[in-house]
Amino acid sequence: MGSGVREISYAEALNEALREEMRRDERVIVFGEDVGVLGGVYRVTKGLLEEFGPERVLDTPISEAAIAGTAIGAALMGLRPVAEIMYVDFLTLATDMIITHAAKARFMSGGQVKLPMVIRTQYSLGRVHGCQHSQFLAACFLQSPGIKVVLPGTPRDAKGLLKSAIRDDDPVLFIESGALYRMKGPVPEDEYLIPLGRCDVKREGDDVTIVAVARTVVEALKAADRLAEEGLSAEVIDLMTIQPMDYDTIVKSVMKTNRLVIADDSVKTCGISAEVSAYVSEFAFDYLDAPIIRVNSPPLPIPFSPQLEKQYMVDADKIVDAVKRLVG
Amino acid sequence: MHAANCSGRGFKVIIILLAIIIAMNPSIEVVKEVPVDRYRELGLTDERLRWMLRKMLEARRFEEMVERLFLVEGKLIGPAHLYLGEEAVAAGVIGALRDDDVIVTTYRGHGHAIARGVSMKALMAELFGKITGTCKGLSGSMHSALSVEHNIPMATAIVGSGIPIACGVGLALKYRKEDRIAVVFFGDGATNTGAFNEGVNLAAVWKLPILFVCENNQYALSVPHRKSFAGESIAARGACYGMKSFLVEDGNDVVAVYYAADKAAEYIRSGNGPAFIECRTYRKKGHGVYDTAWYRPREEVEFWMKRDPIDRFFKKLKSLGIVSEDEFRRWDEEIALILEEAVKEAEEAPVMPFDEMWNYLYVGGDARYGEWR
Repeated sequence: MGSGVREISYAEALNEALREEMRRDERVIVFGEDVGVLGGVYRVTKGLLEEFGPERVLDTPISEAAIAGTAIGAALMGLRPVAEIMYVDFLTLATDMIITHAAKARFMSGGQVKLPMVIRTQYSLGRVHGCQHSQFLAACFLQSPGIKVVLPGTPRDAKGLLKSAIRDDDPVLFIESGALYRMKGPVPEDEYLIPLGRCDVKREGDDVTIVAVARTVVEALKAADRLAEEGLSAEVIDLMTIQPMDYDTIVKSVMKTNRLVIADDSVKTCGISAEVSAYVSEFAFDYLDAPIIRVNSPPLPIPFSPQLEKQYMVDADKIVDAVKRLVG
Repeated sequence: MHAANCSGRGFKVIIILLAIIIAMNPSIEVVKEVPVDRYRELGLTDERLRWMLRKMLEARRFEEMVERLFLVEGKLIGPAHLYLGEEAVAAGVIGALRDDDVIVTTYRGHGHAIARGVSMKALMAELFGKITGTCKGLSGSMHSALSVEHNIPMATAIVGSGIPIACGVGLALKYRKEDRIAVVFFGDGATNTGAFNEGVNLAAVWKLPILFVCENNQYALSVPHRKSFAGESIAARGACYGMKSFLVEDGNDVVAVYYAADKAAEYIRSGNGPAFIECRTYRKKGHGVYDTAWYRPREEVEFWMKRDPIDRFFKKLKSLGIVSEDEFRRWDEEIALILEEAVKEAEEAPVMPFDEMWNYLYVGGDARYGEWR
């Protein structure tokens, strides 16, 4: 690190990833609603049409099933499509394609086909978008083996993971955190990749393990800072890929800290944290000195009111409270 | 336009002209049964005509055997959807295509696979769930037609879902400037799905090289076409998206289907964008193999049974001296022998070892993780 690292935003990092992969491999094409002339509603595909032309950067009609289906067909034929679904909420219109086709094609063909495709989308929790434009839903896809699910929580990870996702031969659902698009962070100037399917220990610690993913990684790191001021050493693990999940890294950390808090933007019932908690309870129970605490949103639709949304969401305060309950 | 301009004689002329244009409906070509004396002018060789009959017969006998294995012998279980009675569509369309054109098919796909040359033995083994099947026993009947080697990279069991996927196939072919085309088969029921609207529209807007083939077998499971669709034809739906569209009124005439598919394929290959074919045919049996289709009126069933695509085509080729009774019987015997062996071999073949399934989850082999290692 040091020289060769600059501060850019999460959205800019994603844009760099797309640009670099499109330069590197002409099989990479990008399509979705407003990704061309407009450059994406959140500017992630900005400038791609100008650089790569209308054959590789295509604006689509408002047709989520067709966007996802087109990605599948193009991938079946050996292209490496990166399709954008503007909001996770709109992903539900394409779930037949993603869950029932993309995730199954390789398996049901007995390994005859592969689908090197990426569906990029983002969730806007924390941006006051109300109940139909803020849903997270990532955990739903844990019931759909066959599709990899990747959720970057920093600009550096956003770039490295998206580049890996594009080069991966399997279908990847790449869920960005809309609330982080403008967040800046250090990103190396030289090319790098971050492997899919592995957690990242974002901060080492001894007293408690905090597992987080996507937007809550930022909150978990803030919480760890605050806990440090009070003399508590928290290890922060960023899941990064939730399917397939890197359980080993989590278990290894719990073996060291003996305490586990899991914070993610799922509704608590059967959320990502529920799966992590169940796994650790089942396979690392003997290493736990205290019950596992999950920090999630309540099972309510997401409220619009900015004040209510703030109360609804996971934040550093809630994570700090959970850790204190555990240690205290 | 101002209202004043729309009045008087000029307005009447415009209305009359519009009526004529609509009546002619230049975007829909209606195709009727093709008389035998026109076969030569369509460029159909004896070899091609014989091939179409043979493939229809193979599909017919294969599925008759499948039906028996389910209902009489009890050797097969699970869902299977028979194509009996619709064979002219597969043979006519695939007979007009090139082998490297890419097919997206459905759960009613045995006939497409057989017309494309997928081995009946591999198909049978797939129905038995054996490792020697087209998809190693992981797909069953509903995706058994999926064979990359035969340019069939997808066979979907979800009504309508092949249509958006075919868009991606077409996009890839167009992007690489290949002169191959994508072909997607679907039923009349599929045209009521959102996937149909989204896919057909996208293909038309992007001028993708795709042939949409609607096999209108009149029923979406038990619901007749007239109860789920209010328009005049499904072909008109294709046309309203801005596509060249064909209505093959006699979809049980394999040559009529061939004529439409050949013309459509040439149109698409010339870079004009997608085309649409509605073939009116009839499902001789129920939706699935266990469905007796009791809900259909007897007169309707009798009407279509008299129009069996294989009987009719055989009689025509016999009258032209292209296939004799003896030869037809010999084909039947050959096919019966293959099927007998297919069943025996499928029964004897092994099932994939359970843990081997992990090799097909992701690219790169054994994908076991966490507790599954």
